[in-house]
Amino acid sequence: MTIETTAVGTLALIAIMTAVTVATRFGGVFIMSYLRISPRVESFINTMASSVLIAIVVPMAFAGDVGALAALSVTAIMMLVLKKPLPAIGAGIAAAGLVRYLM
Amino acid sequence: MSAASFSYQIQPCKVRQEFVRLFPISLFVVAFGAAFGLAATQKGLEPLQALLMSGAVFAGASQFAAIDMWSGQVSVLPLMAVVFAINSRHLLMGASLYPMLKDLSPGKRYGVLLLLTDANWAVSAQDYQNGRRNLEVILGGGLVLWLAWIVGTWLGVYFGGLLADPQSLGLDMVLGCFLLAMALGGKQKSVRTLTAWAVAAVASLSAWKWLPPHTHVVAGALAGGLVGYFWLEKPAAVEADAGGDSQ
Repeated sequence: MTIETTAVGTLALIAIMTAVTVATRFGGVFIMSYLRISPRVESFINTMASSVLIAIVVPMAFAGDVGALAALSVTAIMMLVLKKPLPAIGAGIAAAGLVRYLM
Repeated sequence: MSAASFSYQIQPCKVRQEFVRLFPISLFVVAFGAAFGLAATQKGLEPLQALLMSGAVFAGASQFAAIDMWSGQVSVLPLMAVVFAINSRHLLMGASLYPMLKDLSPGKRYGVLLLLTDANWAVSAQDYQNGRRNLEVILGGGLVLWLAWIVGTWLGVYFGGLLADPQSLGLDMVLGCFLLAMALGGKQKSVRTLTAWAVAAVASLSAWKWLPPHTHVVAGALAGGLVGYFWLEKPAAVEADAGGDSQ
């Protein structure tokens, strides 16, 4: 099935995208409200929570260019040294810009 | 169900604080929004349509992907599949917040979830790991990010040319650096957490390499979660670490 991108069609497409996205925002919580939460399930959820971040960031480092790699490594080092997010993020972004300017 | 069972009270002053706390990050979101607005108009969307998409969908990566598929006719099922795959991480993020969200009435619970994105979720999840319950950042932080995304889209639609190359400024790395900073911040990581991360990293890389596009986040997160399922934390270690790590 296809929808033509006329004025009405575009509205329909945006509505469909919104519905699918809202379903993902609501779905996890909706399912959880029907699950009995054992300590094991709770442990699964908690470990999964921080693993989401790793699962987003690691392929980003592998797929990215030297600038991306510089950004992530500088952020990691600054974060471990300073333990303050904003300076770490700022330094990471600056590193990406600098490396890309030089290369 | 009695109203008394919903014990979480959203505090308006904390919502405002979190709005301000995520303001610096939202400035970068403006830049991404501008890139999206530019891409959308180049694909033939009207300014209002681009703004409407940003306001209603509010999920950047999936919007870029949809714009990629845009032409005179758009196939509905592939569009739905791509949007779902890219945003399926929200399922896991929402689930991870459930211990807090269950203490909100259903109306507020799902209302707050409308504003769930990577950045405000990461802050809330990190706070929760450190023993602080913070749904205000989903609401207040989500609001500032949503406004920034719309303002950015608007700028991109009308002044897109001004930010022709956000990559050269490193702006494409903002979200990655932010999420990494969130992961590394907070309390000392246990061997258990580090093991889960290693498994998550390997699984997401494998999925990224060999599984269909956009599945790697969910694959990696579930694999990391399995480590937690089989390796339980020692109960005594669950004490709140209220140390000064709140930036």
